[in-house]
Amino acid sequence: MQPENMNNMPDTSRRDFLKKTMRGAALLGLGTIAGVATIRTGADDFVWQIDPGKCTQCGQCATHCVLTPSAVKCVHSHSVCGYCNLCGGYHQPDAVSLDTAAENQLCPTGAIKRRFIEDEFYEYTVDEQLCIGCSKCVKGCAAFGNGSLYLQVRHDVCVNCNECAIARACPSDAFVRVPVKKPYLFKHDRIKKA
Amino acid sequence: MRKGRIVILLLSAVLITACTVSAESRFPHPEFESGYGPPRTTAPAPRLQMCELLDVLVLAGVIGLTCYMAFGTRSRRGILLTSVFSIMYFGFYREGCVCSVGSVQNVAAALFNRDYILPVAVMYIFAIPLLTALFFGRVFCAAVCPLGALQDVVILSPRKVPRWLSSLLQLIPVVYLGLAVLLAATGARFIICQFDPFVSFFRFGGSLGILLTGAAFLIAGTVIARPYCRFVCPYGLILGWLSRVCKYHTTITPDECIKCRLCENSCPFDAIRPPEKGVTGEERSPGIRRLTILLLLLPLFVAAGGGIGARLHGQIALLHPTVSLARQVWLENSGAGTDTTIASRTFRESGIPDKMLFDTAEELRGRFLTGSRLLGAFVGMVICGRLIYHSVSRRREGYTQDEGLCFVCGRCYKSCPVDGARRREEKNEQSA
Repeated sequence: MQPENMNNMPDTSRRDFLKKTMRGAALLGLGTIAGVATIRTGADDFVWQIDPGKCTQCGQCATHCVLTPSAVKCVHSHSVCGYCNLCGGYHQPDAVSLDTAAENQLCPTGAIKRRFIEDEFYEYTVDEQLCIGCSKCVKGCAAFGNGSLYLQVRHDVCVNCNECAIARACPSDAFVRVPVKKPYLFKHDRIKKA
Repeated sequence: MRKGRIVILLLSAVLITACTVSAESRFPHPEFESGYGPPRTTAPAPRLQMCELLDVLVLAGVIGLTCYMAFGTRSRRGILLTSVFSIMYFGFYREGCVCSVGSVQNVAAALFNRDYILPVAVMYIFAIPLLTALFFGRVFCAAVCPLGALQDVVILSPRKVPRWLSSLLQLIPVVYLGLAVLLAATGARFIICQFDPFVSFFRFGGSLGILLTGAAFLIAGTVIARPYCRFVCPYGLILGWLSRVCKYHTTITPDECIKCRLCENSCPFDAIRPPEKGVTGEERSPGIRRLTILLLLLPLFVAAGGGIGARLHGQIALLHPTVSLARQVWLENSGAGTDTTIASRTFRESGIPDKMLFDTAEELRGRFLTGSRLLGAFVGMVICGRLIYHSVSRRREGYTQDEGLCFVCGRCYKSCPVDGARRREEKNEQSA
């Protein structure tokens, strides 16, 4: 039985008081976390991208992406390319002849298309529908060519996981978070700056 | 995220850039006479940033809508329809990422990692459901969380889980939350994302392991309602705590409970508690004694937990890629004949001295020691806290929910005859 309250103030049981205190403490805690986190907050959202300078062409981009085929594809910076007849990224090291025969191609899906331009120069373009991001051409181009073929995350395919599964597996820490306004790390941009 | 590898990164960046620069000048770019112009490298844009803020607005809107369904119209059907919308939007359209459950890791990473900036939208995704829980209970779990909604719609014939088993299984979220925060804060990995069982369905793809786990959860979910929500979800743990102290919680009866007992078995999550007389007078003394003992034991639990955490810090630290790489390299160096991994081969090719790797790993292990101690202390504190909570006898006036466990799904409304009377009254008023 509760005694009548003389001051016409609402009765607060011990449980209610504890509840109100805990609620206040929780609000305070949440506010503190939010406040501290705000200092470390930026307006820009982030997407994943490969730093071509760090990539060691291990081939895990093709296998570790949560999507099939992988959201990582080979891109070609034509301004860096040497347009060579013997292309380190297109032809196998033991190619019988320097032509478009499948047995001479390095790419397992035939995603690189070779086109004659003039003289001794050939244009190489990547068909992204076929590319699986296995990095074989990247390795060849880096070893025997100018390094104009390299892997990049393609954002029309990438679902932008909170933690990229490929990033977790990358042995050279080549996966970085880049601002959504500048989602690519192209080599021709870097060279322009340099 | 790889805070400890900054020095390694700098060195490797210098070395590899040097190699790349020399490679780029191997064959000069040709000067074309036929007027040929190289094609531009395409740069397909990612999803607009605006859309991320739209997601936040949709989240706030749907939570508001669910509150209205739960408190205002008290409509189970409304909550169900909202869940279906959430599965479609947050699940299949947004592919379940970024979700509030995982956002805990992002916040932890932002708080403790120098090189991670938290996007503002993620902060809102983290905070909005928590704030709502503080005032209205676990409305987020009801119809907004795509993982919860997915489990909710597959409930067919829920069985009661024995209380002792339920209490035991409810320790999993405690350890999961602590571990997730620790690993995110040290930049090791996001385990909640790695072991999210339902994202593989939303994405229509994933490893066989995670697809099977998701299927197992859903199949189990037909007979054990919401298994992930009740026994795994780390975010749900925080929501449960906040919900226990919430300002307005939805009630089974819209008015007064007449103790007809018809709602007793209506909750698939076993969250309804019967009325309790409470313990008064002389019978209180054994309870007071028990409570005092538990309160005195609390520091012991915390210390014991911290000790166990310290013991396990080595194993936990191995979950960090740098630490596990250091161990791999050390094993290979010791001539034990271990196979090399891609990571160790890449490390050796980078030319970074082993000592640098070992020093970074040691520094990380030190951080993990502190972190594991805190993790253990946290688990010990929660265990003792739960024992204290359950040892307090409370007076319950009528049939009410355990506010920490109630998912505000609205299934109990239908079984309450007082609510039925209210609905008939409203229908008569409408037709009159």
